Amino acid sequence: MCDTCGCNVTHGNAHLVQPGGRLSKTADGREAVNVLHGLLDANDHTAAHNREHFNKHGVLAINLMSSPGAGKTSLLEATIDALKDELSIAVIEGDLETENDASRIRAHGVPAIQITTGSACHLDAHMVHDALHMLELQKLDIVFIENVGNLVCPASFDLGQHSNVTLLSVPEGDDKPAKYPVMFRAADLVLLSKCDLLPVLDDFNPDNARRYLRELASSAPVFELSAKSTAGMDDWIHWLLAELSSLEHQSGRLAAATESA
Amino acid sequence: MHELAVCQALMEQVESIALEEQADSVVAVHLGIGPLSGVEPRLLEQAFFIARAGSIAAEAELVIENLPVRISCDQCGQTSDALPARLLCGVCGNWRTKLVSGDELQLQHMELVRQTADELAEPEADIQQQHERVN
Ligand SMILES: Nc1nc2c(ncn2[C@@H]2O[C@H](COP(=O)(O)OP(=O)(O)O)[C@@H](O)[C@H]2O)c(=O)[nH]1
Ligand SMILES: [Mg+2]
Ligand SMILES: [Zn+2]
Ligand SMILES: [Zn+2]
Ligand SMILES: [Zn+2]
Ligand SMILES: [Zn+2]
Repeated sequence: MCDTCGCNVTHGNAHLVQPGGRLSKTADGREAVNVLHGLLDANDHTAAHNREHFNKHGVLAINLMSSPGAGKTSLLEATIDALKDELSIAVIEGDLETENDASRIRAHGVPAIQITTGSACHLDAHMVHDALHMLELQKLDIVFIENVGNLVCPASFDLGQHSNVTLLSVPEGDDKPAKYPVMFRAADLVLLSKCDLLPVLDDFNPDNARRYLRELASSAPVFELSAKSTAGMDDWIHWLLAELSSLEHQSGRLAAATESA
Repeated sequence: MHELAVCQALMEQVESIALEEQADSVVAVHLGIGPLSGVEPRLLEQAFFIARAGSIAAEAELVIENLPVRISCDQCGQTSDALPARLLCGVCGNWRTKLVSGDELQLQHMELVRQTADELAEPEADIQQQHERVN
C-alpha cells in the first residue's frame, strides 16, 4: 500500500531497507532496484476505495467466508428474516456452489447482486466494486458479501469490508482453525454453524475450536448457532447491531469533525 | 489457486517498474513470503514460469525468501519464533501475541539490465548529445 509510510517494513525484511536509496549497481553490471511493494497493493487500493463508499453511506459491510456448504446462504436467509423489518439489507453474492444463491436471497425480499466469478476461487476488491455500484447504498444499512466457498484464497483479498465473519460448520470438524490458520486469523467473528447437529456429531467440541483459535492469537468471539433451528441467532444479531452502531458513531464523529473544521 | 491472481499482480508491478527504470530486461525478481500470507511459494513459482514468457522478465529468475514467523508477546514483551498455526509466546506461553513477521507477500527488489544511452549511442551522436546538453 505505501512506499512512504513504512508499513510494508516488518521484522522479517527490515534488513532490506538500505539508507543509500532505491538503486544500486552490482559487480556484473546489473542494477538492483529496491521495491518493497505488497503484491496485492492494487487490490488493497480498490478495497480502500470500496470501504470509503461504504463509510460515506454509513453502510456496514460484512464479508462471509467458509468452506463450501457450511451454511453461509442459509445464515443470510435467517438473518434477513430476523432483521428485515428494522434494517435495509442487500447481498453481494459470490458463491459458486449453488447458482441459485442470489434467487434464494431475493425470495426473502432483499436485493442481491450475483457476481459471476467464472472459475475464480475467491472474490477480489474489483469484483466487489463493480457490484456495489449496482446497489443503492444510500438506502442501505448492511451489505453482506457472500464469498466463494473456500477456506484458502478468500482470506488473502481485502474487499473493503468492515468485518470478516468465518463460518465453521459442525460436520467439518473442530480442528479447522489449526488447518487453515490464514483464514481463521483473518476472522473478526467465528460462527460455529449447524449446531443443531452437535448431538449427533459429538466428536465436534466447540471448546476445541475455541482453543485452536486462541492458538492463532485470535481474540475473535465464537458463537454457536443454527440457521435451521435459529438457536443462537440472537448473539449473532446483537453482534451485528453493535457493529452497525459503532460504525454510525464513527461516521457521526467524522461528520461532526468535518463540520466544525 | 489464487497464486495465479497473485502472479498476475506481480507481473504488472514488474513490468511497470521495468518501464519506469527504462530497463531492457529484468534478470531477477526477489520476493519475500511469510507462511501466513496464504500464498504457496511453490505454486507461485509455477505460475511465474508461465507468466514471464514474452514479457520483459522472460529470462528472469524468481528468488523467494521464505520469511520466518515471529511474534511478540503482549504479556512478557519478549519476541520469539512460532509455527504458523501455533502463535503462542515461546517464553511464557501466553496466546495474546502479535505477529511481527510471517504474513509478508512482497516484491522486495528486482535486478535489471539497462544499456545506458551512452553505451548505445555512436561516438559522434554521443558528442552531438553532449553539445546539446551544454547548449
Ligand atoms: N442441519 C443444518 N443444516 C444446515 C444449516 N444451515 C445450512 N444447512 C444445510 O447445509 C447445506 C448448505 O447450506 P448453504 O447455506 O447453501 O451453504 P453455503 O454453501 O455456505 O452457502 C444445505 O443443504 C442447508 O440446508 C443448519 O443450521 N443446520
Ligand atoms: Mg451459498
Ligand atoms: Zn501504510
Ligand atoms: Zn467507486
Ligand atoms: Zn482464489
Ligand atoms: Zn510471553
